[in-house]
Amino acid sequence: MSPSLSALRYLDRRWIFLAIGLLVVVPLLTGFHIAPVKPSPPSRGFFNAIERQPAGATVLLAGDYDPGTIAENYPMQLAAVRHLMARNIKIVAVELYPGGPPLTDRVLHIAGEEYHKREGYDYVNLGFKSGNEVVMSQMGSSIPRTFPADRRGVPVSQIPVMKGVENFGQIGLLVSISAGFPGTKEWVQQIVSRYHVPMIAGVTAVSAPEYYPYLQAGQLQGLLGGMAGAAEYEVLVNHPGLATHGMDAQSLAHVFIAFMILLGNLAALPQRSAEKR
Amino acid sequence: MHLSHDVGVWIAALLTLGIFSFLYKDNPAYKLCEHLFVGISAGYYVVLNYYSVVKPNLLDPLFHDFGGDRHYLLLIPLALGILLFSRFFPKGGWLSRWSIALILGVYPALRITGFGQGDFVEQVHGTMLPLWVPGHLGTTIGNWFLIVGLLSTLVFFFFSKEHKGALGGTARLGVYFLMVSFGASYGYTVMARISLLIGRVMFLLHDWLGVLHL
Repeated sequence: MSPSLSALRYLDRRWIFLAIGLLVVVPLLTGFHIAPVKPSPPSRGFFNAIERQPAGATVLLAGDYDPGTIAENYPMQLAAVRHLMARNIKIVAVELYPGGPPLTDRVLHIAGEEYHKREGYDYVNLGFKSGNEVVMSQMGSSIPRTFPADRRGVPVSQIPVMKGVENFGQIGLLVSISAGFPGTKEWVQQIVSRYHVPMIAGVTAVSAPEYYPYLQAGQLQGLLGGMAGAAEYEVLVNHPGLATHGMDAQSLAHVFIAFMILLGNLAALPQRSAEKR
Repeated sequence: MHLSHDVGVWIAALLTLGIFSFLYKDNPAYKLCEHLFVGISAGYYVVLNYYSVVKPNLLDPLFHDFGGDRHYLLLIPLALGILLFSRFFPKGGWLSRWSIALILGVYPALRITGFGQGDFVEQVHGTMLPLWVPGHLGTTIGNWFLIVGLLSTLVFFFFSKEHKGALGGTARLGVYFLMVSFGASYGYTVMARISLLIGRVMFLLHDWLGVLHL
């Protein structure tokens, strides 16, 4: 083993932080491009589930994330809302994360202006409720009783888009944009298995492996995993956005981390051999 | 370069840089940002809960429509909620146990039934797959992988007999499947962390400095 490789074991980690920072900033500024984004079957499943909804159907949008995961969840929620509005599907949004309501408001207003949709008539944000699974379970009995008013304080009885929406019997699809707990897992456990509502999910990459069994078992019809999933979906809806722009920086950083893992293991080999002896 | 004229963007950008400064070393700017985050989050959570839960779900029905739709029943959760605050008084602290008992009774039951239906039954159902799918070699191989992986991993967690012989070999195979799943999880974790960095860098370059055009 060369001495320079052994010296890697004592490398100040801040050099690695700097390298990662540069590998993210430079591709973004220069427009460096590696390869086109190709949609995977889970992303296609997400797209197709929305395509199957007829115009005028009502979809429940659960925006269970906060500013901590904007980079992953926001692009997928914006793309999903654009897709829903383009197909004239009504949106009823709820949030079980305290930080979620302003983000979902922003997404609904941006897409609403683009597709000329009116708040209260084509979409509504019912806002936040604390209680996690208890809220989900109560929504199974009555959505208006669980959310008596929307984010603006307007009673649900006066909101046209909520007319006839009593419980999950009137919901055609559940779209969960989730950063963790409470989120996709809890919606599957409390709602999909009890009320058999079709469901798709856009989740953070760190939690995505947890949800693949649900996809395999058919409990989820589609899944977007992290920024890569969001970018694939943006390609499918033909509206490249934040996720697509970030993918080249992501790929470069991944190559660098894989290289560092390899190098770190090579540097650790002499020590391991010595310990075995 | 089009620097933002929005005060909110400037505050967010400076706070982001303050948090990033921890990557060099711990410092007062990082501590200030951290404390601001904790304090503002706590305040936001209290106000949000009052206007999103307490007011529309409890106070409004009680004070504006007491008799309608049996809203008077909400006096029970109101009383139980008030009892939770008895913990602040040493002599009456035991009163809060009634409220906690209700929470402990309802919440685990809801989670257990959800887990039983959503995870246990449906996941077992999801593994009942055909081991030969005519004309779909890829699906056949995938199904075999899933079932062999499931069984060998379950054997690895079977501790009532020493892992020797056929049992030991199967358990070892289970370890390899576990290793692959840990690797996939790690890969996704890396992706998540880099995504968060990209999100912040995009904010700094686009929203704040205006040097990035999306």
